[in-house]
Amino acid sequence: MKNFWALYVSFLKIGSLMFGSGYTMLPLLTHEIVEHRGWITQEELADAFALSQCVPGVIAVNTAAFIGQKRGGWGGAAAAILGVMTAPIICILLVATVLMQLWNNPVMIDAFNGVRVAVAAVITSAVISLIRSNVRNWIGIALCVAGFVIIAFLHLSPVFVVLLAVVVGFVLWGIRR
Amino acid sequence: MIYLQLFLEFFQTGLFSVGGGYATLPFIQKMMERYPYWFGSLTLADITAIAEATPGPVGVNAATFAGYSAGGILGALVASFALVLPSFVIVSLVARALEKNRQSPLIGTLLSTLRPAVTGLIAAAAWTVIRAALFTAPIMEGFWQAIEWQNIVLYAVLLGLLFVPKIKKVHPVFFFLAGGIAGVVMGLF
Repeated sequence: MKNFWALYVSFLKIGSLMFGSGYTMLPLLTHEIVEHRGWITQEELADAFALSQCVPGVIAVNTAAFIGQKRGGWGGAAAAILGVMTAPIICILLVATVLMQLWNNPVMIDAFNGVRVAVAAVITSAVISLIRSNVRNWIGIALCVAGFVIIAFLHLSPVFVVLLAVVVGFVLWGIRR
Repeated sequence: MIYLQLFLEFFQTGLFSVGGGYATLPFIQKMMERYPYWFGSLTLADITAIAEATPGPVGVNAATFAGYSAGGILGALVASFALVLPSFVIVSLVARALEKNRQSPLIGTLLSTLRPAVTGLIAAAAWTVIRAALFTAPIMEGFWQAIEWQNIVLYAVLLGLLFVPKIKKVHPVFFFLAGGIAGVVMGLF
């Protein structure tokens, strides 16, 4: 029960502080789950992220479910998902009911312009540390570049990146056997 | 039966949107055509902006919003939970299978190739975020015209701070707050 509560609280924090796409949760996850709680390593976090890309669903929720399941089985997964959803649901309800008028306020627009820049800086530093821990050899460099090109320039689905990595993995495994 | 409709629509979205980020948006777009009154007068861009500006994943934000407009607080809850139900089941099953087989050489090799590839994928998504924050117009229309110089300076300062050993351990939310305050100050000039 204590374990479930800790999972809920950790993901409540992450859910309240992430904005936009699931990728913005990465620095928060590293800080809370890897550094603060020590529940998983940076490598396992990368695995959770990889897995969250290739199964259906919202990445943030998938990552929460993955880490929750790993820490506390089905109850852990449920606690983590509930945690990551609580703040977004409350905030949207607030926006939909009372804050709709504030939306086009110029001060809000300026503030969010600055927040977006900060999110960009934080995510850049997260990607740099991710490259340091995950890209270790020539095959890794090639796959990393390929993943970037497939998404940023060819605009294909992330599914292709995952498929490519799986095919290369199978070939490597076949050669080593 | 509005709740059943909401459940089915968002369950489907959760089941078929692969790749995260904005993968749920095409589904929301389809829904807007089919059930215009669920979203009131809002456009897809409005939904994205609201989702960006409020905490939480875009998909969950959009589901809560549509659910509320269509069926009040209960509608919001039904839509949000319908969206995450497929994740709960599928991710749990995959995570359990993975834990059981972590020692196998095949899984080990697959993870070793998945990690760098997903790193590239995340870098590409990060690039989208960075571009949206630092450039106003599409870059095609003129690189130098599109640059928001104030934002570039703020970005460089914050990124520089993130490399200072003591400061980088500070929780990311303080950087977001600093960014918000800087944004308001920059707006004054």
